[in-house]
Amino acid sequence: MPSLGADMDEGTLLEWLVGPGDLVHKGDPVAVVETAKSTIEVECFETGTLTELLVAPGTTVPVGTPLALIGPTAEKAEERRPVRHVPKKGKPTAPAKPAAPPETAPVPVPPVPSAARQRAHIEAGPLVRHFAEQSGVALETLHGSGPGGRVTRADVQEAAAARAAPGPPRVRATPLARRLAAELGVDLTTVRGTGKESAVRAADVRRAAPGPAAPASPAPATPVRPSVARPSAARPSEDRAAAMRQAIAGLMSRANRDIPHYYLSTTVDMAAAMNWLHEHNRQSPVGERLLPVALLIKAAALAAREVPELNGFWTDDHFSAGEGVHLGVAVSLRGGGLVAPAMRHADTLALPQLMAALKDLVTRARTGRLRGSEVSDATITVTNLGEQGVETVFGVIYPPQVALVGFGRVVDRPCAVDGLLGVRPVVTATLSADHRATDGAVGARYLTAVARLLQNPEQL
Amino acid sequence: MGASGTEVSKTTYREAMREALREALRSDDRVFLMGEDVGRYGGCFGVSLGLLEEFGPERVRDTPLSESAFVGAGIGAALAGMRPVVEIMTVNFSLLALDQILNNAATLLHMSGGQLPVPLVIRMTTGAGRQLAAQHSHSLEGWYAHIPGIRVLAPATIEDARHMLAPALADPDPVLIFEHGSLYNASGELAPPTAPVDLDHAAIRRPGTDISLITYGGSLTKTLAAADELAAEDISAEVIDLRTLRPLDDAAITASVARTHRVVIIDEGWRTGSLAAEVSARIAEGSFYELDAPVERVCSAEVPMPYARRLEEAALPQTADIVAAAHRAVD
Repeated sequence: MPSLGADMDEGTLLEWLVGPGDLVHKGDPVAVVETAKSTIEVECFETGTLTELLVAPGTTVPVGTPLALIGPTAEKAEERRPVRHVPKKGKPTAPAKPAAPPETAPVPVPPVPSAARQRAHIEAGPLVRHFAEQSGVALETLHGSGPGGRVTRADVQEAAAARAAPGPPRVRATPLARRLAAELGVDLTTVRGTGKESAVRAADVRRAAPGPAAPASPAPATPVRPSVARPSAARPSEDRAAAMRQAIAGLMSRANRDIPHYYLSTTVDMAAAMNWLHEHNRQSPVGERLLPVALLIKAAALAAREVPELNGFWTDDHFSAGEGVHLGVAVSLRGGGLVAPAMRHADTLALPQLMAALKDLVTRARTGRLRGSEVSDATITVTNLGEQGVETVFGVIYPPQVALVGFGRVVDRPCAVDGLLGVRPVVTATLSADHRATDGAVGARYLTAVARLLQNPEQL
Repeated sequence: MGASGTEVSKTTYREAMREALREALRSDDRVFLMGEDVGRYGGCFGVSLGLLEEFGPERVRDTPLSESAFVGAGIGAALAGMRPVVEIMTVNFSLLALDQILNNAATLLHMSGGQLPVPLVIRMTTGAGRQLAAQHSHSLEGWYAHIPGIRVLAPATIEDARHMLAPALADPDPVLIFEHGSLYNASGELAPPTAPVDLDHAAIRRPGTDISLITYGGSLTKTLAAADELAAEDISAEVIDLRTLRPLDDAAITASVARTHRVVIIDEGWRTGSLAAEVSARIAEGSFYELDAPVERVCSAEVPMPYARRLEEAALPQTADIVAAAHRAVD
């Protein structure tokens, strides 16, 4: 179970997208995992053939738990076989590469501590496995007493006996028979069933009832039924919303506690950008029109490339620069809550691509289908609250990132331009940055770059 | 009132239905009948034979072959204050009018905030058993029973054929009447009703104590025959005729299961998602602690209905199947 964000310590495997025997490549989505914040497609870390799924759908496991085992690819496995070479007609003899060094150990996805792995992979022969299955004993719960910690038949037998001991075995009985047995004070385990597969039926219970022969056709007019009403559990969606709130609470508290934020703000003249946008949109079909936010995001991404000190992570008391600009985009979810998936290499995307990527990201964030890399890779995050009508936003940094860029609404304001007063569209750009990693001068350089980039929209 | 005077008379299901129509046309000027071939031809199954001559073309109207149009016209007439009886030849053709039934007839009262009731009666033939092959042998009444806003009736006896129409016309909401094609020739004696006919209750067609056989429509005859066979083996079967498929008479089902603790549901529909499935689910929900055996179902094989007689018989619920299912539950 990969960590899909600084705030994730466990995840629920919802669905496998691959099965044993499937060939998987690095980067393929292999499973869908639900975290407290969203539902995410987990990408494979290795290339190979999936040999075993270790976690069943619906199971919640801690980060670091192996989800599946991947063996070497079938092709490579083939290469290790003794070569039985049948030359084919018309095909130049190109014997496969000389047997590559055999790849032996299965590669766990993702790499995990070996102790955890041992628990998941049990040494037990097929006979022992079969026996365990028959007696309903879960092998992973056993401590093997055989050589090399191997589970033996005796281990299973012991566990089966221990399991049977606590309660009497379940009796096959019809619902009516159970009700009657309770009413008549009959112990169902003492009744011989005459139904299919020896199921105990009402007549069997009546025969076994103590006292005067029970009436043949009985059923009191208003039978007292066992109460089956139970307090209804909270609905899953409510749970989910609550869990997300918890996760955000934890992460933001940590950010506020650990990160000494400093805040900068500047007002950016958007006249050039808005004019260019108007012109562009006038000539574009509806589907390709851009929103101001696309320009803002692109400027933020390019500025991050110019000021790499703000693009990366603060971990273990030092800053490490991100590889590429993966811009986290804060997306508010309809049911409440927030995710900030990464738009990978946002600085290299042309505006139409960036707009499409943004639409895609927002849609998938809201329908709960983000990829793992998108959730964990962001190197710097942008929050744009302009749509919500506010003019200025000072955000809280998403650890372990070191900067958060905020944009408000593009509004018309009176401005002094070239010594005259004019009405210009402006936007307030803000920066929350980690004072451990950078100082105000670096932040100022960043915001200045953003403002400058927005003056030449055609170059974005 | 026609044949339903005060004496017991010999009649058929078809004549009983015709008599019900005649009574409705006589007693209420707002009632009229329309459908394909209901007038000059006398109805595809002969139900309306003679009514055109008696009531004239204004009130017994032949329509073009367009179910959507004439069911829609019926809805319009009902909205305008008439009491139309629309005949659709067979249930498979009703699919062409499904939009009218589901999206208009069943919803207008709701969509208009209670202002537009649709007092419409739609009659149609349903069921297999007459070698009419895969396109004219459906039992889709279970589908219609899925739709809120309409009432679904399945008269299985001559009495119900004769007496269900009047309360159906009196119902302010759309009522669908499914007449099983194998029943039209059924003959028997029709006694004058001893109690007001209601559309809300299932009927116990035969009382019993060991097992409940729950059915409706065209399967009732086979189920009663199965009950006879079971009686010969000293198994006392109670036969419940649901009569109204929507809304279902839950109380009757619950009471019967409380008496017998075992159930076989007989439904000519396909098993998956059938009315039998709904009844079975309700028994599991409401009568779980009364059950002394798993609920058994006897339904049609999940195939397009074969034309060949033997194959068709094999695909449909038969008396022997019902007896076997009862044995599985009881033995």
